[in-house]
Amino acid sequence: MLPALEIHDMTVAYHRRPVLWDIDLAVPEGKLVGVIGPNGAGKTTLIKAVLGLTPLASGKVEIYGRPYRQQRRLVGYVPQRESVDWDFPVTVRDVVLMGCYGRLGWFRRPGRAERQIADRCLEQVGMTSFARRQISQLSGGQQQRVFLARALAEEAKIYFLDEPFAGVDAATESAIVNLLQSMRHSGKTVFVVHHDLQTVREYFDYVILLNLRLVACGPVAETFTPDNLHKTYGGRLTLLDEVAEAMRQRERAR
Amino acid sequence: MPAILNAEGLWIVVIAATTNAACALVGSFLVLRRLSMMGDALSHAVLPGLAAAFILSGSYSIGPLMLGAVAAGLVATLLIHTLHHYARVPGDASMGVVFTSLFALGVVLVEQGIHGVHFDVKCVYEGTLELTPFWTWNVLGYDLPRAFVVTGGALSINALLVALLWKELKLSAFDPALATTMGFSAAAMHYLLMTLVAMTAVASFEAVGSILVVAMLIIPPATAHLLADRLGAMVLLAVFIAALSAVLGYLAGAWLDTNLAGMITVAAAALYGLAVLFSPRHGLVSAARRNWQIALRVVSEDLLAMLYRVEELGGQRRLGAAEAQSALGGGLLARWALAKLLRGGRVERAGDRLELTATGRESARQLVRSHRLWETYLVKHLGLPLDHVHQGAHRTEHYIGRQLRDQLQQEVEANAADPHGREIP
Repeated sequence: MLPALEIHDMTVAYHRRPVLWDIDLAVPEGKLVGVIGPNGAGKTTLIKAVLGLTPLASGKVEIYGRPYRQQRRLVGYVPQRESVDWDFPVTVRDVVLMGCYGRLGWFRRPGRAERQIADRCLEQVGMTSFARRQISQLSGGQQQRVFLARALAEEAKIYFLDEPFAGVDAATESAIVNLLQSMRHSGKTVFVVHHDLQTVREYFDYVILLNLRLVACGPVAETFTPDNLHKTYGGRLTLLDEVAEAMRQRERAR
Repeated sequence: MPAILNAEGLWIVVIAATTNAACALVGSFLVLRRLSMMGDALSHAVLPGLAAAFILSGSYSIGPLMLGAVAAGLVATLLIHTLHHYARVPGDASMGVVFTSLFALGVVLVEQGIHGVHFDVKCVYEGTLELTPFWTWNVLGYDLPRAFVVTGGALSINALLVALLWKELKLSAFDPALATTMGFSAAAMHYLLMTLVAMTAVASFEAVGSILVVAMLIIPPATAHLLADRLGAMVLLAVFIAALSAVLGYLAGAWLDTNLAGMITVAAAALYGLAVLFSPRHGLVSAARRNWQIALRVVSEDLLAMLYRVEELGGQRRLGAAEAQSALGGGLLARWALAKLLRGGRVERAGDRLELTATGRESARQLVRSHRLWETYLVKHLGLPLDHVHQGAHRTEHYIGRQLRDQLQQEVEANAADPHGREIP
């Protein structure tokens, strides 16, 4: 069976400075995948590169065997909560409806069917009573639930979530985890950028360990080992860093 | 002084309102994308495009001018983006550098390339709204002011595109990354919006000048943003405020016999000022009023609780009005609080003394109960020393309602006395 996500020899660079080197990985369908690594390891960049938001310097990305551009409808995305303006004049339900926009394509407006989907997704995250609120009145945890409901409304097969647990309360975190696990059970593949090493074993069944390069990728039991963790977090990758810095310097000097 | 109610006057108002509405429509998306200053930048940066189009075509016709302006606007957008992303100039600086340079280039082109023909830069600033009714075009048999036809066209194009691309504009303004992953390129929407801004600016210049254009791109949408909490309402309100500014500004300008475009901008700014002060959610006055009401409630509750405690001592002693007020810190707040309690029938005067009424005593009892339950809770569950709990409870008592009181009651398991040994009423 085709892997849900396959990355082949991918390098990503900002201003010529490589931030991800030669990534090769394949993740099968139906996994809940933690993307783990220290700050600046390139976790967000990995997601953005897969989604075509950051250009690849080399390599290729395939979703179920085809390039992202042909598979947009299969992919849902939850950006970091702080990436949007929460004073924007929209209600909670408006935001969730945005999840349906991709399916509608250009020019078509959401109709009754989409509103029903939005309401159902709000119910799944327990935010039905907030549907008509303006989004500036939400707490951090509620904002994250709204984003999750929007992702559900995309009705995708693969999801990428960028730090969904950042700044949310414990109740919301466990609600989100339950939701992600039920998504996995219904055959979705979910990638989650995650920071808390304590909870990795409990939350995920697959991990991608990342620090500028791929350290390891596989089932939690075999991959999330002290040895691999040491490679990810311990011993700075001084040489890799130095070469990247040298490339950047030369680029500036030119 | 121009007459207010005649054909020319009405045309001026209609033209100004049309122009303002066209600007406010696209300006709403600029404001929401935090690109307000792009309106200023683009309306300056189009000048070299106008000059070049004029030199190449040798005429004032709107077609070439519009093409030149839109091209210059897109070049400016591209330059600003390139400077920011590739040369790593900060966003505001790249905008400043690009639009001032292009504007200067435009001035040089006008000076060097255009001889013997009237091309008035001052007119670009201030516009000639007063003269617009006299320059007409014949459209379908009607003599319509040229400025109305041009700005009406701009308004129609803006309205059409905003209606067609409503959800795309909304999504790419709110969450550009998601828009791009869904296939609605946020970059494409950005350039489309900039095209509309450049086009609208040029269409409006002749009538109202660049000062009013820049103002109308920003001020009515910013005002509407303070008042509305859905996008549709905000955009409609922005258009309405823009048109209202035209009417008010015209009336004021005609009355004072001054520059109409300037007066319309002042009217819009005044409306914005009103929204800043009185907007229900964000307004300064509304916030001050809310704060005052909370302060008043806290002080009146303190007064009630104080009278209750004096009664509780069991003696015949009662507080006088002046005594009670000064114990609460005196001033207007204390006087108002007492007046409010007297009016509400919770306190009454017995001679020169203050006495709680039955309802007053009941509310005071609830307050003191909240206070002492909270003190007990703090000592019992947080292990705070006795002398630490009174201040906290004094602040908290005003926010502990019946439900919390019952919860506290269960937590402290029906202690009859607070940690200071006083009865919990």
